[in-house]
Amino acid sequence: MAPGRRRSGSPLVRWVLRIIAVGYVLGLVALPVGTVVQHTFENGLEPVLESLRNPDFQAAARLGVFVAVISVLINTVFGIGISILIVRYRFPGRRLLNAIIDLPVSISPIVVGIALIFVYGTNGWFGPALNSMGIQIIFATPALVLATVIVALPLVVREVIPVLEEAGTEQDQAAQSLGANGFQRFVRITLPTIRWALAYGVVLSLARSLGEFGAVRVVSGSVAGVSQTPTLFVNDAYQEFGAQAEQDAFTAAFLLMCVAVLFIVVIALLRPKEQNQ
Amino acid sequence: MSISVSGINKRFGDFVALDNVSLEVPTGRLTALLGPSGGGKSTLLRIIAGLEFPDTGSVEIEGVQATWLPPQKRSVGFVFQHYAAFKHMTVFKNVAFGLEIRRKPRAEIRQRVMELLELVHLEQFADRLPSQLSGGQRQRMALARALAVQPEVLLLDEPFGALDAQVRKELRDWLRNLHDEMNVTTIFVTHDQEEALEVSDEIVVINGGRIEQVGAPADLYDRPANDFVMKFLGPVTTLDGQLVRPHDIELLAAPGQEAIEATVTRLTRVGFEVRAELRTSKGGSEPWVQLTRIQAQELDLEPGRSVWLRTTHAPKTLAVS
Repeated sequence: MAPGRRRSGSPLVRWVLRIIAVGYVLGLVALPVGTVVQHTFENGLEPVLESLRNPDFQAAARLGVFVAVISVLINTVFGIGISILIVRYRFPGRRLLNAIIDLPVSISPIVVGIALIFVYGTNGWFGPALNSMGIQIIFATPALVLATVIVALPLVVREVIPVLEEAGTEQDQAAQSLGANGFQRFVRITLPTIRWALAYGVVLSLARSLGEFGAVRVVSGSVAGVSQTPTLFVNDAYQEFGAQAEQDAFTAAFLLMCVAVLFIVVIALLRPKEQNQ
Repeated sequence: MSISVSGINKRFGDFVALDNVSLEVPTGRLTALLGPSGGGKSTLLRIIAGLEFPDTGSVEIEGVQATWLPPQKRSVGFVFQHYAAFKHMTVFKNVAFGLEIRRKPRAEIRQRVMELLELVHLEQFADRLPSQLSGGQRQRMALARALAVQPEVLLLDEPFGALDAQVRKELRDWLRNLHDEMNVTTIFVTHDQEEALEVSDEIVVINGGRIEQVGAPADLYDRPANDFVMKFLGPVTTLDGQLVRPHDIELLAAPGQEAIEATVTRLTRVGFEVRAELRTSKGGSEPWVQLTRIQAQELDLEPGRSVWLRTTHAPKTLAVS
C-alpha cells in the first residue's frame, strides 16, 4: 500500500469529519445521558435515597429482576435447544423456523404485546379457558415473562448457532465412539464449545429483558407494586405531577443506565474470549 | 473373523454410496480400504463405526450383531481425517476422555494416559491444548485417545490426508510399527495407493460403491482383477491395445525374439528414474517406459533412436478403449 493512502484527504476534511462524528455522538448519546445524571443528582443525594426507599420502586425493581431472570433462563434453555436443532438436524420447516426466530427483532414490541392480548386476553383464544381454570396471564406476571421471552428470543440463538456450525459434528462423533452418551456429550463437549457465545448471548438477553418497555407496557396494565417493571415505573413516575415523582423517575432511569453500562463492560470483556476460541 | 459385513446397501438421496457390499476382515490385521473419493470407502468405515447406518445389510463385530448399535455401544476406536480434537481440553484430558466416561479410578487413568502419550511420543505435551500442537501431533493424540479405551477394532478415516508429505510418510511407518506392537484389528481408509501398498496386510479396492478386489498388496499389484484395479494401484501404459506397467516393458538395443521396433520420441528424467516415450513402427501405439538411469545410459537412449521392446512376465489386462 502506498504510504499516502493511509491518511487520505486534506487535514481540513479530516477535522470536519472528526467534528461531525464527535458532535453526533455527543448530541445523540452523551448529552441526553448526561442530562439524566445531572437531573438525578440535582438536589444532592438525599432525594435519590428517598426515591430508593419508595416501596413502589422497590417492588418494580424486584419484579423487573424476577421477570428478566426467568425470561433469560427460559431463553437460554430453549435457545440452546433450538440452536442444536437447527445446526445438527435436517427436517422440513427448518429454514422457516430459522426465519421465525428473527421475527421478534424486526417487529415492533408493541405488536408483540397486542398479539399476546389477542391470544391470552379476556376475549382472546385461550383467555376464557385459562380464566375459568383460575389462571390469569394478561395484566399479571406471566404476561410480562411471555412478552420479555419473545422480545429477547433471538439473542441467545444468534450467538450460539455460528459457534455450533463452526465446531461441526466430528468432536461429538469422536466422543460418541469413545463411549459417551447424549447427556455426557452435551455436558462435556457441546457446552464447553459454546460457553463464551452462550455467556455473551445471556448478557445481551438480560440487558434486553431489563430494558424492555413496549411489549411489557401493553400486557402489564402497570399497576404500581403489582405489575410494574422498572421501565414502566420510570414512565409512570415521569408523567405524574410532583417533584418527588420526577425525582423517582430520574433515579430509576439512572439505575437502569448503570446496569446497562455494567452489561456493556461485561460484554466487552466476553467478546475477545469468544473470538479467541 | 473380526468384522463381518454382509449385503450392505446405502443411498444418500439418489446417490448410491454402497451397492450390496460384503466383506470379511480378519482379526489382528491391518486392512486398507482403497479407492477414489466418492467411491464409498468412508461410508463403509462409518457404517462399521456406527456413525452411519445402512439401508439394508448387517455388520458383525467379533461375532456380535452390531448393525443397529450406536457407536458408544461398539468397541470401536475412530480416528478422523481432521483429528476431531476436543479443543477445550488438554492433550491429557483428550486421551483420558474415554476412560473418564467409563469411570475408571483416577490413578489408573493417569497411568494409562501417560503410557499412551509415551507410545505416541507426546508425553511432554500432556498439558498443552490441541491448538498448540502440529497436525501430525494432533493426529497422534487422536490415535492415543482412540486406543485408550482398548477397542477391539481401530478405524481410521484418511488419517494422514490433512498432513504434508513428509509427516505423512513418517506417520505411515509409525502406524505400521504401532500396529505390529498392539495387534489391534485396524481398518484405514485412503485414496493413496502408495500408502495402502506400503502399510497394509490386505487391501480392499472400492469404487462406485462396489468392492473391486480384495487381496494382499503384492497380489493386487501383480494380479489385478480388472483394468480399474490395475490403473488405480500403479502406473500403466498402453501397448498394442493392452494395459501394461511401464516398468514391465523391456527395451533392447537390437532386434530380439518377439520384440517390436519403436522410436524414442521424448526422454524425461524424474529423480532416479527415466521416462522414455516411444512410438511403435507398426500399429503406432505410444507407450511410455520406466527405466533406471543406468539402464537408460546403457541403451544410450536419445530422442529419435530406434529400440526394440517386449513385455516381461508382467500383468496385463485388455484395455477398454
